[in-house]
Amino acid sequence: MFNELIRKVGNKKNSAQEIASFNRKKFRFSDWFAEKVIKAVAFLSIAVVVLIFIFVFREAFPIFKMNKADVVGTEVLVQESYGGADNENSTIKTIDNQVDNSNIKHASSGKPSSTLLSNSWMPVSDNPRYGMWPLFLGTFKVTLIALLFAAPISILAAIYTSMFAKPRIREIIKPVIELLAGFPSVVIGFFALMVLATVFQNIFGYASRLNGFVGGIAMGLAAIPIIYTLTEDALTAVPKTFTEASLGLGASRRQTAFYVVLPAAVPGIFAAVVLGVGRIFGETMIALMATGNAAMISMNPFDSVRTLSATIGAEMAEVVFGDTHYNVLFLIGSLLFIFTFALNALAEFYFKNLVIRRYQSKK
Amino acid sequence: MNRNVKDIVVEGITGVSVLVIIFIIVTILAVTIVGGWPNLNLTFLSEFPKDGMTKGGIFPAIVGTAVMTIIMAVAAVPFGVITAIYLAEYASEKSILAKTIRFAVKTLAVVPSIIFGLFGLGFFIGFVGKNMDGLLNGGALKWGQPNILWASFTMALLTLPVVIVSVEEAIRTIPREMREASLALGATKWQTIRSVVLPGSVSGILTGTILAVSRGAGEVAPILFTGAAYFLSDLPHSLSDQFMSLGYHIYIMSTQSSDVDATLPIQFATTLVLLLLTFSLNAVAVILRYRIRKRAK
Repeated sequence: MFNELIRKVGNKKNSAQEIASFNRKKFRFSDWFAEKVIKAVAFLSIAVVVLIFIFVFREAFPIFKMNKADVVGTEVLVQESYGGADNENSTIKTIDNQVDNSNIKHASSGKPSSTLLSNSWMPVSDNPRYGMWPLFLGTFKVTLIALLFAAPISILAAIYTSMFAKPRIREIIKPVIELLAGFPSVVIGFFALMVLATVFQNIFGYASRLNGFVGGIAMGLAAIPIIYTLTEDALTAVPKTFTEASLGLGASRRQTAFYVVLPAAVPGIFAAVVLGVGRIFGETMIALMATGNAAMISMNPFDSVRTLSATIGAEMAEVVFGDTHYNVLFLIGSLLFIFTFALNALAEFYFKNLVIRRYQSKK
Repeated sequence: MNRNVKDIVVEGITGVSVLVIIFIIVTILAVTIVGGWPNLNLTFLSEFPKDGMTKGGIFPAIVGTAVMTIIMAVAAVPFGVITAIYLAEYASEKSILAKTIRFAVKTLAVVPSIIFGLFGLGFFIGFVGKNMDGLLNGGALKWGQPNILWASFTMALLTLPVVIVSVEEAIRTIPREMREASLALGATKWQTIRSVVLPGSVSGILTGTILAVSRGAGEVAPILFTGAAYFLSDLPHSLSDQFMSLGYHIYIMSTQSSDVDATLPIQFATTLVLLLLTFSLNAVAVILRYRIRKRAK
């Protein structure tokens, strides 16, 4: 503290050393102890992240082990499951026309964990298949829809707030839009389920009331405050001198905003969008309530979709502890975690460095 | 196009975006209020659900949410405050530990809430709870299953970053001169923190707690499989009981209930209660934070 203080007041080396030596003489246990305790507690947040890593992955890990076990001790198991699988295939063919050939091929291989990359997600059946493609596709589709809706509108709104709005109006707009961040996602999900779904169905006239489009728009609502706030921060962080120089040269506020401030803030805006993607990607309650939750492979935005996080939310409560299905859900969780972790690291290190370098080089 | 016309059009488009967002916010509020207000009365707030959840009130859900957020705050706030003190008072900006802690806090803030649910299931229930049962109850199942304690702890991890950020912001607005004065009077660093920094950041701690409670009351995904229950005929009596929560109630009533239309009034009224709760908490936090920021200037 003393050292820091002196550094701030001025670089008087002698007095700094004097005080440092003065400091060293008096050892106080309470001070030493307090610092150690505070440091240890602060360390906890790192520990929590590491623990999340370990425990989510630990529960997902048996899947990979199971594959090997199946390969080694197959004979009897495979024999048994072949019979069962064949029976089931015929029933599937007659009852469920939607299951295509590739699924049946996978089903007859008999190893549930080997179906991870197949096209059908049917975890609760006599011959469970854990094909994650429909989930990936669904998540991608919803995220894209949400982003196409939320990103432009939030960025434009942020531009208005930081560039065009009068200071008094800005003081009102900012907290009002940030209110949206205070809406619990279950409330947004409820709104989508009750109102948006009906309104959109009346407008577009599609078949299933709950689908990827409704879910995407609703998730976009959840992402708007994040993208808006971070973009606004990025725009405000652009040095005032840039704006003043541009305006002084006779450019209009619009030209200044779009040709000077916006380009300078691009890395920050990218970071905002990236974090928005993270939010949409991991959103569970809205996905559960508004997307219809049918795992199918389709590029139609108006079809029902099932996202990765909604799958965990919907199925985890019913699985048996330690079952393959349980492990697969944790595997999905691990993927979600890795993905958001990577997005956050990207926003934090890559884009932030870009911002810093940009301003420093131009100063 | 004329430059002036272009200016007006572009400014107009950005302005319309703001209006669209505000319109959406107002619509959500209006729909919830119009749908929920007629059913919001004292009996609704103070009764148990009746007739297979189609009638009656949401009293157990309100109590469950309240108890859960209180335990959560008790767990999260001390840790959050101490971490914030470390970041603001002890750590130098360049130290690797401080940078790592900052990154960890940011990671906690962006990890999807459902992952916290998985972690709660895998760590608190599957690891801590199971081992507690083995040690304390001789293997009988008590802690190794979803309950209000594990749900609250899971939620505490989720809201930890909220507390840390608010408190650190408040600590940083305390003028340096006050610390210097304290140190010059002979106080040690810890004494300075205890008697100058902490009292000065009370409003920040309050803001952080309120925001955390508001967040915790609204989140559903982390408690889906760590303790929330569909229907309980009794309030939770011990930490190893399950509980009902407002958010979970809305989710389950609007998607899993056997007769969704019959329970519509209950769904809207519950949503209104939850929204009023989180909204008023957020409003208080916004005002407090505004006052902190004013002090900074």
